[in-house]
Amino acid sequence: MLDTQPEGYTTADGRKIGGVVMEMKNITLRFGGVVAIKDISFDVREGEIRAIIGPNGAGKSSMLNVISGFYHPQEGEVWYKGARRPRMRPYQVARQGIARTFQNIALFEGMSVLDNIMTGRLNHMKSGFFSQALWWGPAAKEEAENREKVEKVIDFLEIQHIRKTPVRRLPYGLKKRVELARALAAEPSILLLDEPMAGMNVEEKEDMSRFVLDVNDEFGTTIVLIEHDMGVVMDLSDRVVVMDYGKKIGDGTPDEVRSNEEVIKAYLGVSHD
Amino acid sequence: MSSTATETALQSVPALLARNATRYPSATAYREKEFGIWQHWTWAEVAEEVRAMAMGFLALGMARGDYVAIIGRNRPALYWSMVAAQSVGAIPVPLYQDAAAEEMAYVLDHCGARFVVCGDQEQVDKVLEVQETVKCIEEIMYLDKRGMRKYDHTHMNWLMDVQAEGRAGHQRFEAELDKRLAELNLDSTCVMLYTSGTTGKPKGVVLSNRNIIETSKASAEFDRLSPTDEILAYLPMAWVGDFIFAIGQAYWVGFCVNCPESDQTMMTDLREIGPTYFFAPPRIFETMLTQVMIRMEDAGRLKKRLFDNYMEHARKVGPAILDGKPVSAADRAKYALGNLLVFGPLKNTLGLSRVRVAYTAGEAIGPEIFDFFRSLGINLKQLYGQTEASVFITQQPDGEVRSDTVGVPSPGVEVRIAESGEVYYRSPGVFVEYYKNAESTASTKDAEGWVATGDAGFFEEGTGHLRIIDRAKDVGKMADGSLFAPKYVENKLKFYPNILEAVVFGAGRDRCVAFINIDLTAVGNWAERNNIAYSSYQELAGHPKVLEMIQNHVEETNASIAEDKMLSGCQVHRFLVLHKELDADDGELTRTRKVRRRIIEEKFADLIDALYSGKDEIYTETEVTYEDGRKGKIKATLELRDAKVHKVAQKLAAE
Repeated sequence: MLDTQPEGYTTADGRKIGGVVMEMKNITLRFGGVVAIKDISFDVREGEIRAIIGPNGAGKSSMLNVISGFYHPQEGEVWYKGARRPRMRPYQVARQGIARTFQNIALFEGMSVLDNIMTGRLNHMKSGFFSQALWWGPAAKEEAENREKVEKVIDFLEIQHIRKTPVRRLPYGLKKRVELARALAAEPSILLLDEPMAGMNVEEKEDMSRFVLDVNDEFGTTIVLIEHDMGVVMDLSDRVVVMDYGKKIGDGTPDEVRSNEEVIKAYLGVSHD
Repeated sequence: MSSTATETALQSVPALLARNATRYPSATAYREKEFGIWQHWTWAEVAEEVRAMAMGFLALGMARGDYVAIIGRNRPALYWSMVAAQSVGAIPVPLYQDAAAEEMAYVLDHCGARFVVCGDQEQVDKVLEVQETVKCIEEIMYLDKRGMRKYDHTHMNWLMDVQAEGRAGHQRFEAELDKRLAELNLDSTCVMLYTSGTTGKPKGVVLSNRNIIETSKASAEFDRLSPTDEILAYLPMAWVGDFIFAIGQAYWVGFCVNCPESDQTMMTDLREIGPTYFFAPPRIFETMLTQVMIRMEDAGRLKKRLFDNYMEHARKVGPAILDGKPVSAADRAKYALGNLLVFGPLKNTLGLSRVRVAYTAGEAIGPEIFDFFRSLGINLKQLYGQTEASVFITQQPDGEVRSDTVGVPSPGVEVRIAESGEVYYRSPGVFVEYYKNAESTASTKDAEGWVATGDAGFFEEGTGHLRIIDRAKDVGKMADGSLFAPKYVENKLKFYPNILEAVVFGAGRDRCVAFINIDLTAVGNWAERNNIAYSSYQELAGHPKVLEMIQNHVEETNASIAEDKMLSGCQVHRFLVLHKELDADDGELTRTRKVRRRIIEEKFADLIDALYSGKDEIYTETEVTYEDGRKGKIKATLELRDAKVHKVAQKLAAE
């Protein structure tokens, strides 16, 4: 269905989805003898919310790590913005405009929320080590500009009240939000979210879902997310990739995926032999 | 005041704004923290913003006499939208932003609001829901753009777009706007405020420009407010106090109104702004004190000793020093040292170091809480007021401040006590009418302008200060004919930091019983220090040790009530600790957090019966409403306890 709309389309709720911005072609990832991802291909369109779901150990996080450059697949190619991506280190991927959050929160615990989010601006700061350390000339101006962007993110995610609080003192749900804030501060074109709702209560999940939708709506950010909670995924995403044991067993809109035999089997726990 | 000519022209809030824009063009009128920085607007800028917004309203077709509902937290642009609505001859109606959709529906329908200005998406959603039944709403405006992109905008506008349209079309609208501004006078309606009402449906109190301006003028002179004063506007915009402080007095005097960054940053913002004129209901002062005490419990030994030592001294001489009474040089010196070491830094942490005048009202404040702040050197005073009076009925002059009175009649206000003990007043601030409710207007305000407060009270001999006992209709008789004043007892109970709320029953009965709500912050902290584990509010509220502690509080209260001959019959014989916090969402409290006695009586009838029947425990199910409007049930088995009561003083029996 989507291949017939190479220039993109408009969703039922009026969001514009563009053409393909990233494409995974026949990705295979092995750790020694273990095959984590086996010959998987899918694409991500500009402005869409794309979910990757699957049972534990299906290879979802590995897939995200391939996208963000943490892992390098033995076979297959990653195409980004119409060009084949050479082997890259994570920071190079980040510079290309791909930001992420982590399944196990990876913040600087001793630093304040504000400082943590400021680190997300690193790729946008050009002044060198010395001028930053001395806070001299352009460095001061640059910091003010970046602080402004960060403050907009703080406002957007409604975390003004914890701006100066050390991250260590925050409850889990807020830490997750701070991590999202740091990723957003990088002004990414693709945002990778690794289980953004894991371990949250219903209210926190609702908040987080709203933020994910708002980010997508407000900044037009393309979002790729991994999630366990089926309800959340089906509500949020435009298209879903379903993985099981490193293989792709389904790909399509939430409705298509929901009625897919293999997906139902995987989720009902039919034995693999 | 420059001349009488300008004075007579000052017949409306927009006229006051115009005066301020010429008299204090570059003085800061508003501040709001946004993006981590205090943004500010001068009076001249505010005048321009309001004018542009008013022209935008004209472009949308706002007519004279239209009602404009404003729903949102305290933000400069929302205040401006009220003044802009006034400028075109419309009437602003601020609403409580945390009200559920159905509560809003009643008010919006009652006033027939054509326009609604919302703070953000949350409010817009509620209004859209309301719109299904309330057909009068034509245009919705919103201030915070976030999440609004996908909405159908045929009858919806970003407030700033409306303003931009006004600016763009100024040549079309200027003449019309000036014409409408010129029509405003002291008798035109300034604002309509809905009283939350402890009983029945909310009533729309119509306040004229005369009400607001005269009251603001008199009260500003009473406390010598000046253009250099600063306030923090953080209380609900729908509440009359906020309108008087942040619009009436602010525009009359020309002082600066500061708006916090978000609801949760209020304490930080308070510290950064350091207001000189501060208003808070007793609850806020209670929270502050509880927090100070909790943190001092966790402080180091030296700090704790310093604090205890100097606070004891402050309690002794602080209020006297504040009132300018004679205090020995040695005591003064020790107080000054205490100020350097303890009080000063503490006040700074609380954001109260610059406070010149602070008021508390709405409820009785605990004497300990009141004295604590006064002994720190904070000029905290009490006032007694009502929406119908444009706030001020009585207030305490500097130097005559005590926790058990509400002061002397405010300037321009006459107060008298009726035979029944009910307090009546008459003043320039007395409201025009209840909107579309002539019956209530007539029963509240008589032909000579006297208004019944619904409170029972008396003037203290010697000082001339008014003391309020209770709501007149709540004051009743017990079975034996002795006086029953529930609020009096409840207030005494609530003065314990561990007790958040108390409801006492006993009218027409032979003895009193009480429901208690624990204060989760205070009791939770106590539990932590005493190694008491709990997993929910309900579990903590039912813990035997908590019950024991509450029992002690009740018995101490009984002892203190027994001393009062008139009210000794109100001692609490039995009580229970409620398994849920009384909540405005469940209709048990008003939006200003006053107890709705009748509703609680109905809802928890089984519990009251159990208390009177002498049972030791009872199983109950209670319906609760969550923030998003869904409903659920809480089940609990509550323990009912007896409290020791003291012999009723003999004198009453003899009478």
